[in-house]
Formats: sequence, C-alpha cells, structure tokens
Amino acid sequence: MKYAGKKLLTMFLTLFAVTLFVFLAFHVISGDPASSMLGTEATPARLEALREEMGLNDPVLVQYARWAGRFLTGDMGTSYSYRMPVSDMVTDKIPVTLTLTILAFFMMVLISIPLGIYTAKHAGGVIDRIIYIFNQIIMAFPPFFSGILITLLFGRIFKLFTPGGYISYEKNFWGFVGYLFFPALAIALPKAAMAVKLLRSSVIGEARLDYVRTAYSRGNRTNDVLYKHVLKNALIPVVTFLGMALTDMIAGSIIIEQVFSIPGLGRILLTSISNRDYPVVMAIIVCISLLVLVVNMIVDMIYGLIDPRISVE
Amino acid sequence: MTEQKDILTVSSLCVSFQDRSKGLFQKKNRIQVLKNVSFSMKEGEVLGLVGESGSGKSTLAKAILGLIPYEGKITQVSSYPQMIFQDPYGSLNPAKKVGWILEEPLRLKGGPDSAKRKERVREMLIRVGLDEKFADRYPNQLSGGQRQRVCIAGALMQEPRLLIADEPVSALDVTIQAQILELLERLHKEMGLSILFISHDLRVVYQMCDNVMIMKGGELVEQGTVEEVYFHHKNEYTGNLLQAAGIHI
Repeated sequence: MKYAGKKLLTMFLTLFAVTLFVFLAFHVISGDPASSMLGTEATPARLEALREEMGLNDPVLVQYARWAGRFLTGDMGTSYSYRMPVSDMVTDKIPVTLTLTILAFFMMVLISIPLGIYTAKHAGGVIDRIIYIFNQIIMAFPPFFSGILITLLFGRIFKLFTPGGYISYEKNFWGFVGYLFFPALAIALPKAAMAVKLLRSSVIGEARLDYVRTAYSRGNRTNDVLYKHVLKNALIPVVTFLGMALTDMIAGSIIIEQVFSIPGLGRILLTSISNRDYPVVMAIIVCISLLVLVVNMIVDMIYGLIDPRISVE
Repeated sequence: MTEQKDILTVSSLCVSFQDRSKGLFQKKNRIQVLKNVSFSMKEGEVLGLVGESGSGKSTLAKAILGLIPYEGKITQVSSYPQMIFQDPYGSLNPAKKVGWILEEPLRLKGGPDSAKRKERVREMLIRVGLDEKFADRYPNQLSGGQRQRVCIAGALMQEPRLLIADEPVSALDVTIQAQILELLERLHKEMGLSILFISHDLRVVYQMCDNVMIMKGGELVEQGTVEEVYFHHKNEYTGNLLQAAGIHI
C-alpha cells in the first residue's frame, strides 16, 4: 500500500511539472489567443478588452493556478477557437488515438518477438541476413515516411484501403479498426525493426552465459534451453524497450494522424497549438502524460513478473 | 581388493577449433586444442587433472560430456556423466528458483511425477548440506558456497556414476573451499562416485585424488598415482609446476 501511495504521489508531481512547463512555454512563444480569436477584426481596444475578460493580463502563475484549480474540479474549460467545452472535444478523440496506439503496439509485439527469436536461433543464416537488411532499412524510416509509402503501396496500388476515407468508430467499429490497420503498421514497423534487433542480440548474449552451458550439460536440447532458460532473461531489456516504444508511439500517432487524416487527439492538438487555444492543449497534454505514466507503471509491474531479482531485492 | 572395471576410457582424443581471430579473407586455420589424449578411469576413482590455463583441461571435460565435437574414442560405462563448473554465480539461471533448477534434469527424461521430484529435490538438498527451504529461493539470494552446493546437487539429480568437477572451488574463498572439498569427498564415499577433478591447485589435488594427470599444451605429459607424480616425477614441466606451487621435494 505504501508503494502504491508513493507511485501515485510521483505521478501527481510529474503531471504538475509537465503541465506547468507547457503552460509556461505557451507564454514564451509569440502570439496570444485573443488575437487569433479576433483575427482580422482585431483593434487594439477590442484586443485589450478581450484580454482583460479572458484574464490574460494576470501574471502567468495566477493564470496557471486558475486553470489547475478548475481542472482539478473536473472543469477543463472552454475552447477559445471552437467555443465549446473542451471535455466534449477531447473525450470522443481519446478512443481514436488510444486504439491507434494499442493496435500499433500489438503489431510491434507480434512482429518483433517471433522474428527476434527466429533470427537469434538461426543467426548467420540466409533468412537472418535478409531480415537484418530489411531491419536496417525500416529502422531508418520515420513513421510519417513509412506512412506515406504505405498509403502509396496499399492504398493507391493494391487498393486495400481508401486513403482519407476515415470511418468513425461510432458508425462501424470494425471498419474503423480496419482503417487504422495501416496507420498502425506505419507506426509499428520502425519500432518492430528495432525490437527484433534488440531481442536477437539479447538472446545471443544471454546464450553465451554459463547457466546456458550448465543447462546443456544437464541434457537439455536447444529448444528447451531457448524457451525455458534463455528467453525469460533475454526479454528483460526488450520489455524496457517496448515500454519506451509505447510512449513514443503515442507521440508517433499524433503525426501519423496527419498523414492518414484521422481525427484523433493529434489533429486537434496541432490546430490548437497554432490557435494558442491553451485549454484544449493543456487537456490533451494531461491525457497524453497520464497515458505515458500509466504505461510506465505497467512496465514496472511486468518487470517484477519476469525478473524475480527486481521484486525480491 | 577386487578388480574394478573402467568407468571411462579415452583413447587418442583430438579436438580442434576454427581460429576466429583471423581476418575475413585469410584462410582459416584450425587450432589443435587436444592432441592424442589417452587415459582411463576406474570405477570409484578420484582422478586429478592439472595444468595451466589454456592447456585444454576444460575442453577435455566438455568432450567427455559430449558438448563439443571430437575425434577419437570415448567409452563410458554410465551414459550420463555430469559436471560442476567453476563459477557458481553464473552457472544457475537467475530467473528460476533453486527447486526448479534441481527438478529440471528429472523432468527431461519424462521421469517421476511432481510430488516424487519434489521429494528427490528435498533429499538432495539435505544430502549436499543445505536446508530444504532453499528450494524456494532464487540463486541471487544464496552465497557462493551455497550456490556451489546447489550446482553439485543439480549434477547429482540424475544419479551419475561419473562426476566431472571443473575447478569447483577456485571461485570460492578458502574456508568455503575446504567445506566444498569435504562435501565432494563425502559424496565420493557415500555414493561410490567417480570424480574427474580438474584443478590448477596442486595442493588440493594431493588432498583429494588417487591418481593425477598433468596436461600441457593439449597433451598429457605425465600420469600416475599421486605419490608417483608428486615424489618421483619424470617430466620437467611437472617439476616446474610443483616448484611454482611451493611443493619442494
């Protein structure tokens, strides 16, 4: 219980630090919500009046405290540019980005673990070498570029999906998942390539250790040694990587949403940043930070499961 | 004394490895690690194998276990020799409990059921001087001496007739060394175990072994009873080894 309390406190402090930092960053960059709201109708007098009304003339920390106080009571505020409650804007976007990220994560795991084990087992063989070359190429792709290539290849040439033909999850859930398949692949591929490489070298490194030789000397065959002894130890660094990759994927999905025109959190985050619509930006930042923190906590828990030394010591 | 049969006969054993230090385009050479090694071991014998690092002692052990390819002939009465390794820290899988590690050889053969296996593990832990509750611990919770006891227990689970001990005490401190040697000696007597004892410590070999072989550069340069080799050695290298160990005769 004490452990859980400590974790929660750390989470809270991290959220505090992240939101404060983003809030301050907003006041460093030029431009303010009042001028982007008024647009061409802006006169100095109207600007000043609107700033006063929105509380933009108060000191930054006072503004932050006001925002944080409201947020903690569950009031995310109203979007400046869309003039609607932020909670309404954000809540129906969260499932989109979350589904995309989770889909990409599972693809990464399903691709990388079997391939990693296979290449480690057949290290130096022909297939290992072919996979190595592909890995090396795919690893160098930023997700948006693999997104463009996938759109070209699967959307234009093979016509497996309609680029830009997003299907809402409220209308047709499986159609929605189907549309997200290729964007998720674009996010998953570069990370999967890295994970394959990491797992391969981790298994090979682990297989050189003395306990593996002992296992052979007790009469184990190669597969027994690999699956009963080596794999669990070799997965420890890979789990760390998968955890980091998952948090990275949340950021990656924001970019890929642009490439595949998916109306998720990333879309409104980018437009809100350019509109200086800080209630929306802050709400999305809190969502993403929470997601990252929860993922980290889950990774810590998985550690304890696969590596007894961590929970014991 | 009745005539005892040989438990292990090795004749003209040769082992060579591909030299990996050469560059990509150079012709690869094979390095001869063991050259024409022949010896035999009687049932219940403790045979010492002494030599400097790199002389091929561990390679010989691995060949006997069947872990590496070899040329020549190795004949064994019991089909499952077992081995204890030098480093008790690295020899145990850190992710598995001691009980699991000890049970493993029994699971492999499709042997006894779970309850019987647990019972065997319990007996074996007590036999090597550990408490039965060690079965639920992880290797990193054990000291070096305790781990080496676990390694010995693991080697004995399949009830081998021949045990190969590759520098079993050189990673341990002196008081623990004495305890482990005592344990090996006791197991030798209780179970009639034959032990091939590999070491570079001539004093330990003198104390443990009936016969001794001296190895240098992949060849056996001298073999005989401990008395013969220690007091009436014929080979100059043996003399150097004895002198270096501070045994002046």
